[in-house]
Parts: sequence; structure tokens; C-alpha cells
Amino acid sequence: MSSKKIIGKMADSIDPSLFDFAEYDESKSELTGYSNYSFWRSTVQVFMKNKVAVALLILMVCVIIFTVIQPYLPNQKSPTQIYINPETNLQYRNVQPNDEFRFGTNSIGQDLWARIWSGTRTSLFIGVAVGLFEALVGITIGALWGYVRKLDAIITEIYNVWDNIPSTVVLIILTYIMKPGISTIIFAMCMTGWLEMARFVRNLIIIIRDREYNLASRCLGTPTNRIITKNLLPYLVSVIMLRMALAIPAAIGNEVFLSYIGMGLPLDIPSLGNLINEGRALMMDPNQRYQLFFPAAVISVVTISFYVIGNVFADSADPRNHV
Amino acid sequence: MKYISTRLFRSLLTLIIVVTVVFLLMRMMPIEGYFGANFDKLDEAQKTVKLQNLGLLDPWYTQLKNFYTDLLKGNLGESITYRPKVAITKILGDKLITSLKLGMSSLVVSLVLGLGLGILMARFKGKFMDKLGTVYVVGANAVPAVIYYLLIQVFFTDIFNLPLLYDKSNPKSWILPILCLSLVNIAYYAMWIRRYMVDELNKDYVRLARAKGLTNKEIMSKHVMRNAFVPMAQYLPASILYTVSGSIYVESLFSIPGTGGLLVTAIQRQDNTLVQALVLLYSSIGIIGLMLGDILMAAFDPRIKLANEGGSR
Repeated sequence: MSSKKIIGKMADSIDPSLFDFAEYDESKSELTGYSNYSFWRSTVQVFMKNKVAVALLILMVCVIIFTVIQPYLPNQKSPTQIYINPETNLQYRNVQPNDEFRFGTNSIGQDLWARIWSGTRTSLFIGVAVGLFEALVGITIGALWGYVRKLDAIITEIYNVWDNIPSTVVLIILTYIMKPGISTIIFAMCMTGWLEMARFVRNLIIIIRDREYNLASRCLGTPTNRIITKNLLPYLVSVIMLRMALAIPAAIGNEVFLSYIGMGLPLDIPSLGNLINEGRALMMDPNQRYQLFFPAAVISVVTISFYVIGNVFADSADPRNHV
Repeated sequence: MKYISTRLFRSLLTLIIVVTVVFLLMRMMPIEGYFGANFDKLDEAQKTVKLQNLGLLDPWYTQLKNFYTDLLKGNLGESITYRPKVAITKILGDKLITSLKLGMSSLVVSLVLGLGLGILMARFKGKFMDKLGTVYVVGANAVPAVIYYLLIQVFFTDIFNLPLLYDKSNPKSWILPILCLSLVNIAYYAMWIRRYMVDELNKDYVRLARAKGLTNKEIMSKHVMRNAFVPMAQYLPASILYTVSGSIYVESLFSIPGTGGLLVTAIQRQDNTLVQALVLLYSSIGIIGLMLGDILMAAFDPRIKLANEGGSR
């Protein structure tokens, strides 16, 4: 009874105002070394400083929105329908760009404008799907590879073997064995693409796993998930975003490559690779070159934009570039 | 020496696994490819006889055993569909030389131009030259190569009055293929040498050299260049060896009789022996190139000791 009383008395003598929340004062907070640094805010700030990247980002957002809503806009043609001239009852073959067909028509009378946006949609979808899958598998395997020491030797051996099989062989054999189509192409690209991502993540994790600040965190009893989210992830974010952004141009390039060797998507699905191929067949005729130039221009703009955005974002997500 | 022999042994093991995996993958493909256009015209009995003659109806382990026994005797086998009954070595011989010749010329061109561009970019970092170079590097890396190859073929043939297709006896027709082959590599070398030089320029020894009064030129040529070249040395042997694999785009666009499209054609025609030989060749090139690169890097830079990093790759 008495000891409780004493404690009560002592508690009474403590100034209760000490337990009130202090008012936030920036100049005072700096005295104790506190900073209101936020990883994401700094990342965005650094990114915004690069005018070119911001402009390209806005452009890409517009392109993506446009490819999605384009079929629902008024006066749009179907990408797969063959248009027939009512006067002559023949197809509109190789019509030069005009008011009705903004980018002209192809050799069997399909509208190139609609086909390009439909193709961009297909190619972007493939790119994003491959990028997401690569990130998921690459990070998971890379993290296991880097963090779990027992797995290191085994996964390294698997990596050596898989990395030495030319990716062309894997791509072609997979597209051969499976039915041609979008899902096959995505699967084939994922099978070859995750390797590099896994290696990047693994190397990074090995480098920063045993740094002093992580050791200190572990000694202070920081839970593992906090170590991962606060200590490791900010370092990985820049690389992961870079790889994902680069996966999109790479996937578009791979799709063009597969179409070029005749193993791409079925010809009735418009894709940028198929369009380039159609244009290539006609490129020796100066009047028909627009069929190559329009898809080529769209591919160039899309791939360069993602490449630049990815690189600039990776730089700005690197904590070393934050002031 | 011990390091090299262990590494060779491990590489051999990897090589065997790689070839076996590709061997099995090829056997998983549908059988149409063995017959080409005739597939629908043959009846079941004819097909069975043909497959039997090719030894494709044996269980896979027997086929694998036969393949390796032949290989040990130094016999890569004969092509079965690409050019039937012709020895693989004979098919490859001329093509390898053509690709190697073009590839080596392009490598020299891209090393000279790429290193030059990269050094210029590093020296004028942040200035106009650097920005122009960056635009080129980004363009060459991001845009699918076939697009600018096509544009080059369309326009440069007209503007410079160069031949459209490759002709062995006409050196003028070599210009465009070599240019196309070099474009990506120039960007690659320029990017790396610029990055390494910028990294090196920020180091303490450069500040010391400047403090003791060396001129910019001397610092660049005597200190920075040497150090920046070390990481490049690692990739050089592999890129030299890889030129034999050719470029499928360039070789098909300019109709060059090289190795570029051979792998793709061989897979499409299901020429198992040819595919196996090519995969064996390319994989060993990759492995040997990497190893030579590591050795070369250690020779350039005495700080690097190979034995310590064994197995890290």
C-alpha cells in the first residue's frame, strides 16, 4: 500500500505538461538531427528537375490513354476490317494518307491509323506484362539468391546453364512448341528475361546485406520486414524501376525481331512488329514508304521515351542523388 | 593455373548441360519440320520410314548417347534438312569466315569511333558534345535495331549511291553492312568509356596529379584512360569471338551469306544436328570469351587477383 502511495506522490510531482505533444518547429528539430526526409518526395523532386524526362512522361501518359480510348472515339475505323471503295467495288489498296485514312491504307485496304494504335496497344500490353512478370520473378529469385546463402551455389549453377543457352533458341523453340498468340509470346519473353533482373537484384542484395547500417539495425532488434522495407528496398527501387522501364522497349524490340523472322504474332493481330514487317515488304517503292515510316516513328518515340524515363527515374530514385 | 583448370572443368560441365537441354528441347518440337512442305503429301508409313532413317524414333537416351559418342570422335554430324547429307563443318566453314570478316571490321570501326566519342563526351561533360552523344546513345540503345537498319538501307543507298546488296568482290558494298553492325557497338563503347572516365575523374589520384601540376592532357592519357580501360578489357575477347555469330538483321537485309540467320533457319527446319552444333559453338564462345576477358583484365590491372573471385561468376 505504502509503496504505491510513494509512487503516486512522485508521479504527482512530475510536471504533466512534459507529456503534452510539442509543437512542430523546424529550426528546433534540426538541432537534434531530425530531418523530414522522405524517400518518395525526394525522388519525385529530383525527377521533376529533368525537363526532358517530364515531357516524355507526359507524352507517354497521353499515348497510353489515347491507345486505350482510341477505338471508342468517333469516326475511328476498325483495325482489321478491309475497306472497299463503293465506286469501283475494289479494296482501298495502298491509299496514300488523306482525310479519310489519316495514315493511308495497307496492301489489302486496312486503315493504317487504326492498325498502328491497335498495334501500339498490343505491343505496350506485351511490354508491361513482361516487365511486371520479370520484376516479380526476378526480385523473388534474386532476393532468395542473395539472401539465403545455402541457395547461392545452386542458383548460380542454374543461372550459368540458362544464361548460356542462346535466348534466340529459347524464344523460337517456345513459340514453336506452343500455339502462336499473345500469351505465348509473353511467356517466351518472360522465360528469357527474368535472368538479368535476378542477377541484378542478387548482386545488390549481396552488396548491401552486410553493410554496417544493416548490421546496426539488426543489433538494435529491428524486425526483418522493417530492414527490408526501410534499408534494402530504397536501394533496390531504382534498379527495379529501371529494369521494368527497360523491359518495355526490350519487349517491343523482341516482338519486332520475332515477327521479322516469321515467328511472331499471327498476322491478323495488329502489332508493331507485324506492321514493320508489312512496311518492309513495300519499302523499295518510294510512294509506299509511309507504311514503314509511320510504325517506325511510333516505335521510336515509345521506346526512346520509356528508355529515358526509366533511366532518369532510376537516377532520381537512387538515395545518393538526394540532397 | 589451378584457377584456370577448375574453371575450365566447370565450364565443360555447364556446356554439356546446355547442349543436353537444347538436344532435349529440339526433340520436343512437332515432327512437321523434318518434312518441310511435303508434310501433308506423305502418308504415315513414309513418315515413319524417314524418321527411322534419321534415327529419330530411337528412345531419347539412345539418341543422346549416339550424339555424344560422335562428338567425342570429333564428328559434328551431317545436316539433315538444311542441306541434307552435307557435313556441318563444311556448311559452317565459309559462313563463319564471312561473318568473322565483317564482324571484325565493324569491331575495329566501333572501337575507334566508340572510344573516341566516349572520351570526347567525358571531357566535355555536360556540354553540347556530351548531350549530342547521349542522344545518339539513347537512340541506338532504345529503338529496335531493325528500324534504323531499314532506314539506312532505304536512304543511304540513294544518297551515297552505294550498292543495295552485299557483293563479295565489291568493297563498296561492304560499307553499309559494316556501318549497320557498328552503330549499336559504338553507342555501347561510348557509354561505358564515358561512365568509367567520369568515375575515375572524381577520384583522389586525379586531384593529386592535378595538384602536382600535370596538364589535363597528361592526366587523361597517362592515368584516367588506363584505369578506365580495365573494365572494357573484360568484354573485348567475348565481343571478338561473338562476331562469328553474325547479325540476323544485317545479314538478311543485305543478303550476306553469313551465320546470322543460320540458327533461326536451322530451328525452323528442325535440323537437329545443325542446331546442336551451333549451340555448342555459341555457348563455348560465350564461356571462353568470358574467361579470356577475366584473364585479360587481371593482366591489365595487377590489383585484380583471379583466384579470389573463383566461382563468383
